[in-house]
Amino acid sequence: MRMRGLVRKELLQVIRDPSSIAIAFLMPVVLLILFGYGVSLDAEHVPIALVVEHPDAETAGFTSVFRQSRYFSPVGFREMKGAEDAMRKGLVDGIIHLREDFSRRTRDAGGAPVQVIVNGIDANNARLISGYVEGAWSTWLQQKAIADGVAGVPVQVEQRVWFNSEMRSRNFLVPGLIAVIMTLIGALLTALVVAREWERGTMEALMVTPVTMKEILLGKLVPYFFLGMGGMALSVTMAVWQFGVPLRGSLAVLFASSSLFLLVALGMGLLISTLAKNQFVAGQVAIIVTFLPAFILSGFIFDIGSMPAPIRLFTHVIAARYFVEILQTVFLAGNVWPVILPNALALLLMAAVFFGIIRRKSRKRLD
Amino acid sequence: MTAPASTKGAPAAGEERVISVREVSKIFRPGGRPVSALARVSMEIRRGIITGLVGPDGAGKTTLMRILAGLMIPDSGEVNVLGMSAISQSLKVQASIGYMPQRFGLYEDLTMRENMDLYADLQGVPEESRPERFQELLRMTGLSAFTSRLARRLSGGMKQKLGLACTLIRPPQLLLLDEPTVGVDPVSRRELWTIVARLVREGGMTVLLSTAYLDEAEHCGEVIILHEGQVLGSGPPNDFKRQVKDRTFAVRAGGIKKRDVQESLAVTQGVLDAVIQGDSVRVVTETAALPDAATLLPGIENVSIQPVPPRFEDGFIAILRELRKGEGTKGSAAAVAPALAKNKANGDHIIEVRDVERRFGDFYAVKGITFDVKRGEVFGLLGANGAGKSTTFRMLCGLLPASGGRLLVDNTDLRHAAAAARSRIGYMSQKFSLYGNLSVRQNLHFFSSAYGLSGQRRTERISSVLEQFELSGYADTRSLDLSLGHKQRLAMACALMHEPDVLFLDEPTSGVDPLARREFWHRINELSGRGVTVLVTTHFMEESEYCDRLAIMSAGRILALGQPGDIKAMAATPETPEPSMEDAFISLIMADEQAGDSR
Repeated sequence: MRMRGLVRKELLQVIRDPSSIAIAFLMPVVLLILFGYGVSLDAEHVPIALVVEHPDAETAGFTSVFRQSRYFSPVGFREMKGAEDAMRKGLVDGIIHLREDFSRRTRDAGGAPVQVIVNGIDANNARLISGYVEGAWSTWLQQKAIADGVAGVPVQVEQRVWFNSEMRSRNFLVPGLIAVIMTLIGALLTALVVAREWERGTMEALMVTPVTMKEILLGKLVPYFFLGMGGMALSVTMAVWQFGVPLRGSLAVLFASSSLFLLVALGMGLLISTLAKNQFVAGQVAIIVTFLPAFILSGFIFDIGSMPAPIRLFTHVIAARYFVEILQTVFLAGNVWPVILPNALALLLMAAVFFGIIRRKSRKRLD
Repeated sequence: MTAPASTKGAPAAGEERVISVREVSKIFRPGGRPVSALARVSMEIRRGIITGLVGPDGAGKTTLMRILAGLMIPDSGEVNVLGMSAISQSLKVQASIGYMPQRFGLYEDLTMRENMDLYADLQGVPEESRPERFQELLRMTGLSAFTSRLARRLSGGMKQKLGLACTLIRPPQLLLLDEPTVGVDPVSRRELWTIVARLVREGGMTVLLSTAYLDEAEHCGEVIILHEGQVLGSGPPNDFKRQVKDRTFAVRAGGIKKRDVQESLAVTQGVLDAVIQGDSVRVVTETAALPDAATLLPGIENVSIQPVPPRFEDGFIAILRELRKGEGTKGSAAAVAPALAKNKANGDHIIEVRDVERRFGDFYAVKGITFDVKRGEVFGLLGANGAGKSTTFRMLCGLLPASGGRLLVDNTDLRHAAAAARSRIGYMSQKFSLYGNLSVRQNLHFFSSAYGLSGQRRTERISSVLEQFELSGYADTRSLDLSLGHKQRLAMACALMHEPDVLFLDEPTSGVDPLARREFWHRINELSGRGVTVLVTTHFMEESEYCDRLAIMSAGRILALGQPGDIKAMAATPETPEPSMEDAFISLIMADEQAGDSR
């Protein structure tokens, strides 16, 4: 009866308090739309300047490779000065410079030099551009070799991409985002609502009833678990239907691993609220110790493998890291147990640790 | 003090101890510095009566309540509640007591009915007995018509009664109420006392109630005075009154303002206490003999001195004065003397408020108020929490724009006014808004710079304010470490650094002990004597007697406006020819509610 009362009270509060609904359902939608449509790590239609000092058939063949590519939208120039200006103004991200003697020197033994200048401010983008330029260059060489009737290039690289064959960044961003969303609902929302009880003095009134601390904690866990799973379901639906992210693994695995992660997130939220007893502090702490690490250190955007060793080591205490790996695997690769099981075990361990601490920390006392 | 059998409570009541507390101490360490909340407190609470726990903020009332409810563990000592240890058997204690915390413990997003359901679930009240119990509680509290209203939308008095109903859902043997009446309007206060008295009389319940209102002690079977973590005295209220037997008098001096008479009497030798009460000044003397008019008020004719029956407050003050002997908190006679001869209010209006309203969403915090304040006046805004007092103040200080109407302070609208106009007002907000980790002197230094004082003038002002407010001894103390009374003094000093023409004081006396309150009013009088206009809000009805004029506010409107005497006269009936300010307030609210019903 006491549990029923607590859970019912919590649900009524969620329904009447627009901010809980917003965090649980509006926030996922906004984040998914933002990351699904707005943020892309792929270079597409990158503006570049093509400086051709002496246009002829030879240069036209070379530049057409860029003109036809979906990665670039080239702008033509006759001399370097105009291209450099455009680069300074930020109108183009790279310059490809074909000198006057390009056509002549392609027939020389040393070959023709092509100058490539890349805007290095955004290092990631710069790497992509130079990579694409090289790709375009070798494509052109091959075409030329075939056209000239020369017997092929000695070695041919044939690439195939597995799991995310279209190499859409959305496909790995969206599953990772689900982990971030669940962290928000589980940790931030829970920390806030418990802190609110302290702030408004209702915790004191609860504690003086025959209710036990375990019931008070469970009364918070149950409603927000369902709220979190609701947010999860919404995110998965959007990911699959709206963004066309493939879901290759089974729903059951997705559901089980999400429940596990949500428990960890709820545990973090409750732990924060036992330490921070006002909403402002609880919110700050929750953002800094749960949301930001889930964003930056989980491998959701930044690859853990390329982090410096100490930080890589540190990511092992970030629960979202394990969940992101499970999610990206379940969505893009399928039920790959050797990946899923160790990560799930790590989550289980973290949940046990958090709830162990909470159990010890939360006594039915005000001091 | 020995405790004779109580006059109240059921016949069988009184002998059995429901609560016994032995040598309980509790020390808090905010920021590492130990603060003793309770120091070797011992007390016994008897069955079937109301025991009042009286003391100012910081006396340790809430800490003691929480220890009794098993929510805190004392550092040392024994706590026995209903035959169980509140330390080792706290769950069992909690299952048999009712406890209402200071903010009533209601969920604002839940309706009245849902709050009651929740507490019924938590207290394990069986489903089938609920309708009857709810009916009974709603009838008792008069809340039947509002069961589907959100708790957020209830008035302070209704929240208080709902909180009580939730606490009583499963009838407890022992009821602990932590300041249930603070900041609540006098009608609701009176109703709460009626309900509690009935619970004790008819249900045989034992009630422990903490309060900062000294007049409420008179309703209790026994009173325990808690002060700075120590018990100063306990016993039936009559015991405290007996201490000041034949030492209380009403003094009237024809033709002189009663506030000036009070100021003068307060510093007279042999007088422990002097407060304005109605049209006379109530005096407590050191010895039990009718004082001589010539020694009390030398050089003044037409002085009448009449013995009056003692009140609980008189006894409390006598104890406090005894405790603080030699501390010199009475103020100096020299500073006050000129006030007797002075006649200051010179007629022109320094503040004009016309049809001002302030909305927050669809809620009117202030609704069409109109009043004027004359230069040099002490003007009071009297009302319960949520009546719109603070909102009015914030609008007058230009901190909050009005949604409609016109506000002028010295012919300028502070909302559009330059800093120059704002530098002529001083504002002391309700909450302690100084920098706790700065010393007294550093706070004064900061606030004087904020008001543009510098160099020689700043140094002068700081030392004169330190002296004026008797803070010299604390100049280098961290302001966080000051007592509440001293904090209030410092806050007022900061608001006065730039010698403003108008001073706004928002509930300056809330929660401070009665001596500090008297001292505060003494300072307000002094300022007014120098021509400073003072606006002050309070929810202590008796303090309104110190104001030249006052406005009684309720639910954002002004119910009455005028001199204290005139307002009280409006409430006079054949049964109560000399109503107190509280009576007047209650009759105004009643009349307003009736008018509202017929509207």
